[in-house]
Amino acid sequence: MTRFGIPQFPGSCDETDTLLACSRVGEAELLWHKDKDLKGVDVVVVPGGFSYGDYLRVGAIPPFSPVMQAVKEFAAEGGLVLGICNGFQVLTEAGLLPGALLPNVNLAFTCRQVDLVVENVETPLTHEFAPTERISVPAKHTTGRYFAPTEMLNALEAEGQIILRYAEGHNFNGSVNDIAGVCNERRNVFGLMPHPEHAVDPLTGSDDGLKLFSSLASAAGVPA
Amino acid sequence: MAVKATVLIRPKEGILDPQGEAVENALPALGFSGVSHVHVGRLVELEIEDPSQLESMCEKLLANPLIEDYEVVTASA
Repeated sequence: MTRFGIPQFPGSCDETDTLLACSRVGEAELLWHKDKDLKGVDVVVVPGGFSYGDYLRVGAIPPFSPVMQAVKEFAAEGGLVLGICNGFQVLTEAGLLPGALLPNVNLAFTCRQVDLVVENVETPLTHEFAPTERISVPAKHTTGRYFAPTEMLNALEAEGQIILRYAEGHNFNGSVNDIAGVCNERRNVFGLMPHPEHAVDPLTGSDDGLKLFSSLASAAGVPA
Repeated sequence: MAVKATVLIRPKEGILDPQGEAVENALPALGFSGVSHVHVGRLVELEIEDPSQLESMCEKLLANPLIEDYEVVTASA
């Protein structure tokens, strides 16, 4: 069974939902920001929140924590890493994902359901989806406007590194090219601003997010 | 001897700066006219023994060079 590790920082707040979401498709445990190793997990999911208070700049300080040093080594060896919301911000600041997240155009914390289109289904995070499949998950953030300089953006588009886009009319934060989620060139590190971990049970209106976790679990290649 | 440094960090030219726009749009309402190109950034003050480290410090932590420009101003403490 695939084992998920969820690094928790002071100021994280979505680690419990992430733990529960991962537990539906595998085994999951929390890691602490001071941990120097990842306890042998198969997949790392960096959760949302306000790690280290989001001081200085969102996601700026966590890359220097012991657990993130271990995550960087894990990613360099090809390990699967997903960052959600603040986790996405942390992975861009850590240099594991291209681009940066800027304040929403409306300058407001915004919490709403968004429709996303799966743009690339040939990645470990999305291989269980149909091409251009549409999913509904919540988004809740203040700093989620994806940005990449033109040259980088063109390369991301050409290489299929844009994995999720906001559906028409759903790009509330002003992200360039409607980008909601990206991956690295090697396609083992992923980040998205919306929250699939809050959409894993029909009780909350949508369970569309679960398939991202089950895709990761099956891609990890760990026998059940 | 420690050197006092001020690091000014501002959004890169050409990147949409909604904070700057909001301030710019608020000023006329208070009767201030003829104000343009308003940008809002951050200021970091510090004292440092070896100022040659400042550049690398800005690149690695104080600013995100992808989205921000920085300027270092030093004076003897």
